[in-house]
Amino acid sequence: MTYTIAAVVGVAAAAGVDGWVLRTRLLRRRAFWVAYGIVLFFQLIVNGLLTGLRIVRYDSDAIVGWRIAYAPVEDLLFGFALVLVTLSGWVAAGRRATHAARPARPPRGGPARR
Amino acid sequence: MHATYLLILLGCLVGTLPLEVFLGVRVYARWRRLAVAVLPPVVLFGGWDVAAIAAGWWRYDDRYLIGVTLPGRLPLEELLFFVVIPVCAVLTLEAVRIRKPGWTIGDEQS
Repeated sequence: MTYTIAAVVGVAAAAGVDGWVLRTRLLRRRAFWVAYGIVLFFQLIVNGLLTGLRIVRYDSDAIVGWRIAYAPVEDLLFGFALVLVTLSGWVAAGRRATHAARPARPPRGGPARR
Repeated sequence: MHATYLLILLGCLVGTLPLEVFLGVRVYARWRRLAVAVLPPVVLFGGWDVAAIAAGWWRYDDRYLIGVTLPGRLPLEELLFFVVIPVCAVLTLEAVRIRKPGWTIGDEQS
């Protein structure tokens, strides 16, 4: 159950990054959930291949034992955390780029300084 | 086959390439921003993976790996996984945005 606990903590940490650290609030956005749904579909295929072909094998003591398309349920949590952290970083990086790209406003009531 | 894991990752990249080429999501085109988004997950989840390998939570079958092992007994493919899957996720989010322009993701200019 060690991987189980770590996966749950990972999801909570990713939610913390999204909600408080980067404040991207993707968990409240429809675009995120639709994108995640699409990613999840393909994750089940890729994860199913990796675990179904036994490219990766799990210690049965580390997992709770529930499997979806061969993959332990923990992998879905791990994948969710990975996707959420990535997309939160992508949005935050874009926010900064957008702000940096804006022309600096001259101070009010005076000519623009160089 | 030793290339199996690598081919699965390649399949992910090939499968999502039309989003960049035909839908015009411009994710690879914004490669600096992509690198900023992908680097933290590579470090964080790569570290998690190294810890999990050390703890024996999971292990990899050498028959499906090309045989390049990084420090921490991390197979090269596993590190690439943390690049490929995030890239695919970003491509997907940007594809959703193109299809649903009204759905904000938080980086829009106000």
